[in-house]
Amino acid sequence: MNLTDTLLFASGSLRGARTRTLLMILAMSIGVAAVVILTALGEGARRYVVGQFSSLGSNLVIVLPGRSETAGVNPGMLLGQTERDIVLDDAQALLRSTAVRRIAPLTIGTAQASHGARNREVVVLGSTADLLPIRHMELAHGQFLPAIDMQSASPVCVLGAKIKRELFGSEAAVGAWLHLGDRRFRVIGVLASQGESMGMNTDDLVVVPVASAHMLFNTQALFRVLVEAKSRDLIARAQKDAEDIMMQQHGGERDVTVITQDAVLATFDRILHALTLAVGGIAAISLSVAGVLIMNVMLIAVAQRTQEIGLLKALGAPSSEIRRLFFAEAVLLSGIGSMAGLLLGEIGSAVIGQVYPALPVNAPWWAVLAAFGTALGTGILFSVWPARRAAQLDPVLALARR
Amino acid sequence: MIEFADVSRIFMVGGQEVPALRNINLHLVAGEYVSIMGPSGSGKSTLLNLIGLLDRPSSGTYRLDGLDVTTLDDEHQAQVRREKIGFVFQFFHLVPRLSAAMNIELPLILAGVPPQERKERVGQLLESYGLADRAGHRPDQLSGGQRQRVAIARATIMRPAVLLADEPTGNLDQTTGKEVMSLLEQLVEQGVALILVTHDPALGQRAARQLQMVDGRIVSDTRNISQA
Ligand SMILES: Nc1ncnc2c1ncn2[C@@H]1O[C@H](COP(=O)(O)OP(=O)(O)OP(=O)(O)O)[C@@H](O)[C@H]1O
Ligand SMILES: [Mg+2]
Repeated sequence: MNLTDTLLFASGSLRGARTRTLLMILAMSIGVAAVVILTALGEGARRYVVGQFSSLGSNLVIVLPGRSETAGVNPGMLLGQTERDIVLDDAQALLRSTAVRRIAPLTIGTAQASHGARNREVVVLGSTADLLPIRHMELAHGQFLPAIDMQSASPVCVLGAKIKRELFGSEAAVGAWLHLGDRRFRVIGVLASQGESMGMNTDDLVVVPVASAHMLFNTQALFRVLVEAKSRDLIARAQKDAEDIMMQQHGGERDVTVITQDAVLATFDRILHALTLAVGGIAAISLSVAGVLIMNVMLIAVAQRTQEIGLLKALGAPSSEIRRLFFAEAVLLSGIGSMAGLLLGEIGSAVIGQVYPALPVNAPWWAVLAAFGTALGTGILFSVWPARRAAQLDPVLALARR
Repeated sequence: MIEFADVSRIFMVGGQEVPALRNINLHLVAGEYVSIMGPSGSGKSTLLNLIGLLDRPSSGTYRLDGLDVTTLDDEHQAQVRREKIGFVFQFFHLVPRLSAAMNIELPLILAGVPPQERKERVGQLLESYGLADRAGHRPDQLSGGQRQRVAIARATIMRPAVLLADEPTGNLDQTTGKEVMSLLEQLVEQGVALILVTHDPALGQRAARQLQMVDGRIVSDTRNISQA
């Protein structure tokens, strides 16, 4: 019996038991679709988070005050010293590293902003001209902070889109005066609306030169320093250099924390990837349940078709042929089932993509492959026993009159 | 052609030995028409199953065309069945979901005959068995006599040397039974050996050679001088 005839015969017996065939295909395809959709969701969440992170800027190293690490005892702590603030001189010093392209010191605070009769509380961000390219921000009108020495104050400010709307309405803001606390700032630009990204809403900000912010809040301390490495490969060196420079600046004490955006991103990436694997795995278990179902139904089919099996043997089919026939049935069943499942999964993902356009729902290729493989594998694995049972059937008993 | 030397078949039932065949010695030549009769439980079907290689003897040797077939493996036994032996059963044993033509085609498919040749041979056989207009019908759409004719067509499509028929008319009325018998006897005339198990003495008498079995033994072996 050649392969075509084997497949034709097997598909014939499948068509002969239509209901059971359809039910088994359904079970199989639901399992496969579950794997596809769930991993698509997990992968979508992962890519969403990664995308959010990259919109914050690339090749970023962040220097923040305080040692959040528990690696060993800080000698400063033993001496009863408190950790030192990061000041503008420290930020400036970071530029000594050859791995660093540019930096942006950040100071943050809140102040009462008013224009004419309207006023509201705003978040004021003190920084430098380089913040714009480092944070991938864009301007809607005017210009960003002037490229002046970071130590010198200047009474200018750039508004977030929402602040502009609330304080100026449809009036042109660029060129107008804005009161922040008891000081006056000239509005020189308005940021393009970017929406929320990782909890930081640039629409709701007023950006001023960092020295001006220090005067406004009467402080010297920086909230953090954003450092952009020259390339992806130089991130590690930039981090090391930043640590060394900060140690020099602070008299040999490691009292700052330097993290890379990559490290944070990698952690999220790992967590979400593990989550995707976990849900995919749970869905795959439902596939093996479908496999057990296939085994059960195949065993029933063998019992129902003892006569036919005995007959095939009498007509000259060796046991191996009988085994092949039942095997072919299982392969066809699980093959069609997995195909239908993939289709169902794709449709499901597409529907979810329509409902939540922000989520990039797309099953990763490895999940599709794994679902297909698991379905086919369980189908075949769970048909081994029924096929063997069929092959070992005694033809005399099978054909005996009952 | 068929040589049984001291063949026994003993079944084990609940630890108890049940001898179905005891020391059978038998020699059948090609083209012979043999009937096997005897009371129920005397071992007729068991003998037929051994000849058809559906069962293996507990002891003794079985030679088919000079070849010791008892020691062949499953694969080769199947091949011998496919090429040399045709079965006709009391209960027809047609595959219910397949049409008459496809039931007849089955042995050719198993033998790996190409589709074109299969179609031709099935068509010819349907024609000569008067089943041409029933080719597409499934077994449940056929009468008992038609079913048995389809079964005989299936048994002969591989042009076997031996036809084994276990009560082929047992499920048919008298007239259709006669039709089926004359079809089988036509095949004998064409040179096929027919081994017929029957309870009906009138049918048994028609065979050129008659075996009588009792309790797993062949107790008489007679030949008709004048053939019916
Ligand atoms: N698979 C089996 N297991 C146990 N005993 C069996 C088996 N097959 C046959 N026998 C026994 O072997 C003996 C011969 O059985 P067999 O079927 O050959 O008789 P038979 O002559 O064909 O009878 P009948 O005319 O009723 O068909 C009987 O005693 C039967 O019970
Ligand atoms: Mg019998």
